[in-house]
Amino acid sequence: MSQNDFLHLMPLLILTFAALLIMLVIAAWRNHKLIYVITAVSFVAAFLSLFELRGVVSYAIEPLLVIDGFALFYIGLILATALLISMLSYAYFEQQKEQKEEYYILLTLATLGACVLVVSTHFASLFLGLEVLSVSLYALVSYLRVRERSDEAGIKYLILAAFSSAFLLFGMALVYFSTGTMTFAGIATAMATLPELPLLLLTGFGMMIIGIGFKLSVVPFHMWTPDVYEGAPAPVTAFVATVSKGGVLGLLIRFFMEVEGFRYPTLMLIFTIVAIASMFAGNLLALMQQNVKRILAYSSISHLGYLLVAFLAGNRIGMEAVTFYLVAYFITTVGAFGTVALLSGEARDAEQLEDYRGLLWRRPWTATVFTAMLLSLAGIPLTAGFVGKFYVLAAGVNTQQWLLVVMLVLNSVIGLYYYIKIIAVMYQQPDTEREPQQRQRPSVYVASVGTLAVLAILLVLVGVYPTALVQLIQDMLYNMPAVVAR
Amino acid sequence: MILVWLIVILMVGGLLAWLSKKWHPVLPRWIALFAVLADLGLALYLWLRTPAATLGASPWLVRLEVPWIPQWGVNFILALDGLSLLMLLLSFFLGTLAVLISWREIRTKSGFFHFNLLWVLAGITGVFLTMDLFLFYFFWEVMLIPMYFLIGVWGHANRNYAAYKFFIFTQASGLLMLLAILGLYFIHGSQTGIYTFNYFELLDTALAPVAARLLMFGFLAAFLVKLPVVPFHSWLPDAHSEAPTAGSVILAGLLLKTGAYGLLRFVLPLFPTAAVEFAPWAMLLGVIGIIYGAILAFSQTDLKRLVAYTSVSHMGFIILGVFAFNEWALQGIVMQMIAHGLSTGALFIIAGFLYERLHTRDIQLMGGFWSKAPKMGVIALIFVMASLGLPGLGNFIAEFLTLVGSWQANNWLTVFATIGLVMATVYSLRIMQKVFFEPAPMEQALPDLTSREMLIATPMVLMILWLGLYPQPVLDTARPSIKQQLQAYQPASLEEKSLVAVPIAPPAVQVQLGDTVHFYKTRGGTHEPK
Repeated sequence: MSQNDFLHLMPLLILTFAALLIMLVIAAWRNHKLIYVITAVSFVAAFLSLFELRGVVSYAIEPLLVIDGFALFYIGLILATALLISMLSYAYFEQQKEQKEEYYILLTLATLGACVLVVSTHFASLFLGLEVLSVSLYALVSYLRVRERSDEAGIKYLILAAFSSAFLLFGMALVYFSTGTMTFAGIATAMATLPELPLLLLTGFGMMIIGIGFKLSVVPFHMWTPDVYEGAPAPVTAFVATVSKGGVLGLLIRFFMEVEGFRYPTLMLIFTIVAIASMFAGNLLALMQQNVKRILAYSSISHLGYLLVAFLAGNRIGMEAVTFYLVAYFITTVGAFGTVALLSGEARDAEQLEDYRGLLWRRPWTATVFTAMLLSLAGIPLTAGFVGKFYVLAAGVNTQQWLLVVMLVLNSVIGLYYYIKIIAVMYQQPDTEREPQQRQRPSVYVASVGTLAVLAILLVLVGVYPTALVQLIQDMLYNMPAVVAR
Repeated sequence: MILVWLIVILMVGGLLAWLSKKWHPVLPRWIALFAVLADLGLALYLWLRTPAATLGASPWLVRLEVPWIPQWGVNFILALDGLSLLMLLLSFFLGTLAVLISWREIRTKSGFFHFNLLWVLAGITGVFLTMDLFLFYFFWEVMLIPMYFLIGVWGHANRNYAAYKFFIFTQASGLLMLLAILGLYFIHGSQTGIYTFNYFELLDTALAPVAARLLMFGFLAAFLVKLPVVPFHSWLPDAHSEAPTAGSVILAGLLLKTGAYGLLRFVLPLFPTAAVEFAPWAMLLGVIGIIYGAILAFSQTDLKRLVAYTSVSHMGFIILGVFAFNEWALQGIVMQMIAHGLSTGALFIIAGFLYERLHTRDIQLMGGFWSKAPKMGVIALIFVMASLGLPGLGNFIAEFLTLVGSWQANNWLTVFATIGLVMATVYSLRIMQKVFFEPAPMEQALPDLTSREMLIATPMVLMILWLGLYPQPVLDTARPSIKQQLQAYQPASLEEKSLVAVPIAPPAVQVQLGDTVHFYKTRGGTHEPK
């Protein structure tokens, strides 16, 4: 590896060293605040190092990785989200009795795995990234062991993730068997000569879709989602819902763009069915829930369905829409779970609908932020979610996928019901008076309240003036040859 | 710039009202009152500044255009013509009253209440002003959330159900309109290479008949639900009767009018051929609405619900008139929008006064109030008469013009619509009979109107009288923009429209905007639909 290679891999290297450093520091001196500061600083440093790489068109580190505009954007998104989640985590874990320092090692490693996913151009790096992400998540999901549902969630995630990884591996093996290569570019070349997919290759792709679909929690690979969301600590849930899915989605876009998967009607059909099923299953099942975390879990399933609508457009506007929607979804989801984390106590998370009764009267600002997040999930104007949904619809109408578009509209309406349900509960007249302000240490206060404030401002900013973000995304995709060709 | 102020004053006023609750509990009310009054002043100034005579050249009084999301061709376009101006005057007038009637009624969370009230008004103002379809949809949705809260937080007993229903109905129909907007956007883009949501440019889109029909139904979905037209009306009685008085006034007086406004502004000029095809069915729906609304209004016992069903009946006239495609009918509609806003608003206010005193809306429990509260009785009598279309009051002019216009388009349906007027007399007189004249079923104290309440009622009486006796200024203000909406329906151009785009906007409007950057065009047109 040349010096240049190291320079281009700086964000990943910073994360790696951060994980090692935290481990060593813990060995010497356990201090929650110190560890948290190290984590946050390293996320910021990794994020800043991206600016050093600005303008990189496409820098390949053969044969495993590539750094290009697309990768930089997604890494930036992942790092920013991870930073916000780590801040939420600090406030959240401060009140827990568990050993909390190791959490940050796992968080850093999981983020590293997600970053590797979006830069990989080879099955080996793909799998490595995915496993680094998954293995960290196994532990993160069941981090608060004393809690009732924690083990259930952890074991469920472990078994199913391992199972889906096996599918993914088998699929890769089949693809390798048919094409003789494991690089994305090589697969693309091998497939370019084929008019349609041979059965073996199709089987390989199908098995890979199972592995990927599990991570994205789309129907019919979604069974784990509500249980894991419910059992995991709120910040970890936010992480599973955003960073882990975002990384996999970035990978999916890169792979499909490279091998031109949109040419094959069979693959498109599979994704269409998955998208429609995800939208319906997510929204309909969410209607029945009384647990806020489960509602958000099902809602995230349906949101992945919406994302796939834009993904299926398969052209540049579609990829722009996916990316934009992802940003909006990240802001909103972290904000929503952030609120849950903020309201949670030591014994359990604030997840029952009852915990939110009259929240507007008890904690007006928190309730307002949570309302904004829910409205954004529902796609109401002045929020990022609206512009995202608009973008997705535009992509769908542009490629005249009327079935998907109409399903999306129908589902938005179904979805409204359960978002409003939470809002209505928050706005009910309370029995109790306004809660006395809890005395919190300034650092905790800044970490939790500050993060939510930042997210709320971002939410409105992107919702009202999306121009800058749209421009950024368009420039990013403009540098990606595989996308421009379409 | 003045147009931006209209919206900004309301939005900032709303935020201030919310925050100011901390310092003093009365402060939100005063801030809200001043914000709406400031807007009313601005709108009046705009009206008085432009005498009707100068309106002839171009219907547009003020225009503002700023790029907003240039990559998508979204501009922040606000434009004011006679129609918008009248609607704004109505909005701010009713807005002022809405603040005043809430003065005593709303006791909890008054800061948040006034925030919502002002933001609904801001959304409505935006809807009446914007000439960019993206922005239109944006404001269309901005109206909903605060209205949802107004019903859901301060409403009567069954408020949650009503708020859900209102929200889901309007949101679902709005999304269909969004699809139609996007369809129009991409069709226009693929024809001209310019991807834009600019209303003035989209007017020139030539549409294939099938596409025009589908897109029109998308728009109609939103407007017919909002108006509402009969099969889609079921949200209205619930929302109106459960909302607090100010909410009912704004719902009946303004939100319904946005549907009518949308029909006039968008459906008529954008889809002339499709609209002509659909016209008999639309008029039929209108007549069904008139009669159905009247029958149901007659059989209600809940006063607010009764008034809500009279709205369904009155809105039938609007759709009847819109699809008559002539100036008589459209003038009638504009009058109807204003007069109905005032008369129904006033009836809801009276229902609110009664509710405040009696804590019931059931007219079975009322009676004999004429002698107890003569002032209230007189005011109620005036608006009940307005509602049944007594000459000398605004509604008469409106209904007369509409019926004259629709007679030219469809004789039989007009006959049935006129029967609806007779039924209006029946249900209107029933209100007076039950509440004021019949012997009281029980003894209860009923204080007469206070001076604050008289301050609210008197301007409404004056307005409705003025509209009935001297409607000419309103008609003059509305005429140029009505002519413009109807331009596509002139006999000469009607046949060509489906094949060749007829420039609808007059020359003054066609100053096109070279400075807008169209991303899709400059980067090689890779976004053409397949």
